[in-house]
Amino acid sequence: MGAWFADNGLLLGLALLDGLASAALIFLVAVGLNLVFGVLRVLNIAHGSLFAIGAYTAAGLGAALGSGALPAWAALGVLILAAALVGAVLGPLIERLLLRRIYAEENVLQLLVTFALFMMLEDVQKLVWGVQPVHHDAAMRLFGTFDVPFGSDFIPFTAYQLFVLPGIAVLVLVGLVWFLRSTLSGRMIVAVTTDREAATAIGINADRVYLLTFTAGAVLAALGGALASPTAAIVPGVGASTIVLSFAVVATAGLGRIEGAALTALMIGLGRSVAVYFFPEAEVLIPYLIMVAVLLVKPQGLFGTLETRRI
Amino acid sequence: MGITRRDAVLGTAFGGLLLPSTLRAQPVQRPQELRIGITTFLSGPASVFGVPGRQAAEMLIDEINRGGGIGGVPIRPYFVDEGPGVEHLLGEFRRLVLNERVEVMLASISSGSCLACTPLAEELRRVTLLWDCGTQRIFEEKRYQYAFRTQANATPEVLAPLLYLLKRKPDFRTIAVLNQDYAWGRDSWELWRAGMQALKPDARVVAELFPRFGATDFSTEVTRLLALRPDVILSTSWGGELDTFIRQAAERRLFERSTFVMPLAESSLERVGRSLPAGHIVGSRGDHWFQHPAPADKARLDRFVNNYRQRFNSYPIYPTYHMYQALSALQAAYAKAMAGNGGNWPNEQQLAAAFPGLEFDSPTARMTIREDGQGLEPQLIGTSRHTDALPFATLSDMIVFPPELVTAPVGRNSVEWLRGLSRDILDRVPAPAG
Repeated sequence: MGAWFADNGLLLGLALLDGLASAALIFLVAVGLNLVFGVLRVLNIAHGSLFAIGAYTAAGLGAALGSGALPAWAALGVLILAAALVGAVLGPLIERLLLRRIYAEENVLQLLVTFALFMMLEDVQKLVWGVQPVHHDAAMRLFGTFDVPFGSDFIPFTAYQLFVLPGIAVLVLVGLVWFLRSTLSGRMIVAVTTDREAATAIGINADRVYLLTFTAGAVLAALGGALASPTAAIVPGVGASTIVLSFAVVATAGLGRIEGAALTALMIGLGRSVAVYFFPEAEVLIPYLIMVAVLLVKPQGLFGTLETRRI
Repeated sequence: MGITRRDAVLGTAFGGLLLPSTLRAQPVQRPQELRIGITTFLSGPASVFGVPGRQAAEMLIDEINRGGGIGGVPIRPYFVDEGPGVEHLLGEFRRLVLNERVEVMLASISSGSCLACTPLAEELRRVTLLWDCGTQRIFEEKRYQYAFRTQANATPEVLAPLLYLLKRKPDFRTIAVLNQDYAWGRDSWELWRAGMQALKPDARVVAELFPRFGATDFSTEVTRLLALRPDVILSTSWGGELDTFIRQAAERRLFERSTFVMPLAESSLERVGRSLPAGHIVGSRGDHWFQHPAPADKARLDRFVNNYRQRFNSYPIYPTYHMYQALSALQAAYAKAMAGNGGNWPNEQQLAAAFPGLEFDSPTARMTIREDGQGLEPQLIGTSRHTDALPFATLSDMIVFPPELVTAPVGRNSVEWLRGLSRDILDRVPAPAG
């Protein structure tokens, strides 16, 4: 074991750095899905579409504003602005016009409705942005690269992936925990999540809480897409692959658990990057192996709690 | 009234005389329109190829119809999306043939789609042109009467860049591969490795990376490759995944450490702009390139490129050329079949019989369909370079490989043929042309 670490310690270090950036993006997308499910109890398949639309909008807005000529912080600001716009417009629209009508329906119907919405939004993306890959990497380029020593060699990393993405993910995590535990609106969300009837009885407007939560979830999905857009080409179908991974994170974390989403995203991000170095064939399986392993030991997820069922 | 013995004898004699000739040359009425089904990706990641393919089909069919159609019959296309999967595709294929009465099918982009459609084409006895899919297995594993491929297959598309690499950088010692984790990514690596073991047995494979199909981030793979410093990195990836890999590799200076070989990168050049540096090997799944050094008919190539650019505001990429080839082969086959049928419209068998040995024009070359149904298409490989004229990499030191040099002979299994290659083949590689 010691000999293995002596031989591969440096590679393991590189894998951990890669895993951090990957985990940051996974967390940003999955935490929104987890938050929405925790409060609304609706598994929103269209969450992947919000990710894709956030990415397309950020790339489009970046190109239109010519952020290549702007300083780094402005390019990053464009990404965040795009995410806020997408979430603030589409979030209330979807919640008011669609989800509000199906809260009391069977889970299967809810899944079908959000799946139908996902399919429609896929076509909307093709209509608006076409099918050719879209890309705008001003934010990544402006932050430059950072050389990490590797024995007698060095490995260039982009500062965007090494510092900016993990930094924003930590800010979102801390901000969300603070919001839910320390603000009135956050506590209302927690109250509705715990017991909607009791929360309504003491005067909390559950409908407003649902709207606020879904909009926050939509902003987070769009933020994940917007922050991914400088590093990746956005293509048709990107929403589908995102939602599959997000479901794995949510199931592993425990439905509705924010800290769980962060820990799971970290496990999956690190697991996948370590696999690329040492067992490349297993990289695709890692998220699902982690999910199966966790659910075998804790069927309610890492941070989930057992629920009593009312009869 | 019963049939008398006299009636029976007369009927038998009359029928015996007329029936065989009726079957052989049953006159087919010239249709009002020639209905063709075209299967292509209109959704999902592969629509980066499928939609340009459809655009090219619409543009070319408009041009053919303006010129009077095929044999005076205008073409009416029916498009089918390959995106929903093979089951949907087979249902649509059957519906188009049986309900819409399409006379010819052009199928498909995905090799999986082609492998599924070809037996159905035989069952329905409908001429089917495999217009873009690459798997070499189809005509190596079975003979078909109604299916033909109007372009090359994966073997020449992989062998040509390998030969180019061996000519340009013969002393490389280590190689890593990063391909998409699906049939093409795995099969193309198997073909490459078979050829490399025969022609460069001392090359050492230091990494085999197959990120999942549809991956949007290759940072970890780029780090791994930076640490390994292979002399050569092969990637047969395409679409958004190749774009992302090129951009992430460029940002982190991986192109400075290794020579890249990218057999499908022609389709990404315009999109990735200057991210792809000079000095790396690029292929185009054929000899498709708007700056082809020696096209058979330069005016024809320029007309196609300019018309496409004018209508769709981008340079045509390889699936658009493949669509041109399929429609050109269709025109040539109808002309040949009608000439052999006294100028009359051919039936299915007569049309199918026109394809083996058929010659037709692509935008850049004169092409042939072999007796096994496989098209013989040249392969153009070049090295990326930058000029002030265009905001993206173009090609220098281009070699156009003749199809006979890089395609497995009729009846030979590609992998076995590649394993049996000798280094003599390198002496037959043409000199760079431009």
